[in-house]
Amino acid sequence: MLKSRLLKDRIARHYMLTATVMAIFFLFLIGGGLFLKSLPIMQEKGLWTLLTTSNWRPFKGDFGFASYILSTLYVTGIAIIIALPLSLLTSIYIIEYASPKILRAFSSVVDLLAGIPPVIYGVWGTLTIVPFISKSIAPHFVEFSTGYSVLAAGVVLAIMIIPLIISILMEVFSAVPKEMREASMSLGATKWQTVKKVVIRKSIPGVIAATVLAISRAFGETLAVLMVCGNFTDLPKSIFDACYPLPALIANNYGEMMSVPQYESALMFAAFLLFFIIVLFNVISRLVLIQIDKRYQL
Amino acid sequence: MNTKKLEEKIFKGLMIGSSLLIFGVLLYILYIIIKKGLPSLSWEMISQIPSGGFYLGKEGGILNAIMGSLYLIFFSVVISLLISVPVVMYLNFTLRKKSRFSAFARLTFDVLFGIPSIVYGAFGFTIMIFFGLQASLFGGIIAVSLLIIPVMIRSIDEVAILIPVELIEATKSLGATNYETIKVIVRQLLPGISTAVLLSVGRGIGDGATVLFTAGYTDSIPTSLTQPTATLPLAIFFQLSSPIEEVQNRAYSAALILTVIILMLSFSARYFSRRFSKNKI
Repeated sequence: MLKSRLLKDRIARHYMLTATVMAIFFLFLIGGGLFLKSLPIMQEKGLWTLLTTSNWRPFKGDFGFASYILSTLYVTGIAIIIALPLSLLTSIYIIEYASPKILRAFSSVVDLLAGIPPVIYGVWGTLTIVPFISKSIAPHFVEFSTGYSVLAAGVVLAIMIIPLIISILMEVFSAVPKEMREASMSLGATKWQTVKKVVIRKSIPGVIAATVLAISRAFGETLAVLMVCGNFTDLPKSIFDACYPLPALIANNYGEMMSVPQYESALMFAAFLLFFIIVLFNVISRLVLIQIDKRYQL
Repeated sequence: MNTKKLEEKIFKGLMIGSSLLIFGVLLYILYIIIKKGLPSLSWEMISQIPSGGFYLGKEGGILNAIMGSLYLIFFSVVISLLISVPVVMYLNFTLRKKSRFSAFARLTFDVLFGIPSIVYGAFGFTIMIFFGLQASLFGGIIAVSLLIIPVMIRSIDEVAILIPVELIEATKSLGATNYETIKVIVRQLLPGISTAVLLSVGRGIGDGATVLFTAGYTDSIPTSLTQPTATLPLAIFFQLSSPIEEVQNRAYSAALILTVIILMLSFSARYFSRRFSKNKI
């Protein structure tokens, strides 16, 4: 009786350990696999050429990623510029000013926004943002724009990363101890002064971490961006031009690259690039967030 | 004194404005999806597979995509549960509270959570090539499992941390082994696990980039693991790129179907997590 119980316990322990090690191993497996696959193109062209040239003629052996990388940066930049101030203002309001009822209601809103699938954002973007840009905004600045543009992708992305930023910021702001706020208020500071000089100042590392996480999320977003960005390989000259971010490049060409081995390696290089940057950003911002958690838990 | 008050007023106005804007955007998205999707929604859409000429606007529905998505997510959730639950139990109830290994493991899962679905899709595809597999239900299941395992681990871990030490001590003081203790805890965690399942179903069913290369697309309902399968997000994506208006309209109603599924999942997840917080000791 006792023996079989101990045996079960031992088996369970081994199974749990195996599952845990395996799950951790996934990260290294993915990184290693993508790296090995992209090694041929890196050796042939050199990392610098791949990153800085913008000639993209896969069937002639030209693989320059510059315009895709720049597209990704433009789109992400616009998304952050729109999303960050809105998320900051909203999460300060929710945490510092709003009643518990509104707090609860708004976390539902954030959850729902976070739960909407990328493809739905894409459909919505093509139905609303794209025509709006094409008809109402672009004519004031450029002669012609289809609306499928850097700006459209940026706006759609902004809405997609807002729930992520807000949910992290809400945690960061509520981690600031109540005593600090009270100390500031008891010295005669107004609510807003307290928020500005105590809460926000104390939360700067957290705000940066949230932003970095949001950037990494925006880097990798595929389907929604693909549907509104226009998919045109050239350096965008204005935010009303079409663009072609890295994830869209992978998604559009993956099926047909099998005939050219170099091409496959190049697309894997794109995936590896995304993986590398995103892992780096995630590790940094998660470490910052863990530190914040630790500091205030004591 | 006056500028102090004025500044506060301006910023409070901005804050309320941006909160309302975000709320408004959510409503606007739902409104557009419903308005566009409702007119072409019909029983035929959800009860039939595409017939000949479906992509020219003739008869048929997207039952293939609905069933494909359901098969895919069902198997992926089963696989992910078999990995996630033991992982969380190991981190929380077998290791010491502040072990370095569990801190490292949690960081890894946070990072895995942040990896975009296109990378999972591309990686899944290379694995499939490596083993000589073609785009299939099986390939899709592998990729979607990889995508939702971190979602599930993080979500179960969040509630597992809240289990009181007394419960563990009480079980162990009765002479239970670690495994028997965990069986008791898992029962306590069931509402939390249900929430985690619903969350990961939502994430997995809505994601198109993971299944783009791994699961492929087909007009029939798969009957074995080696056949390719259609999925809802890709059904929307492909139909939307058609130049024919009727096909596009069907993409909108497919989008409505997917949105309704996601909303239902989200509301039930809230229900379960609320029930859990009531039971909390």
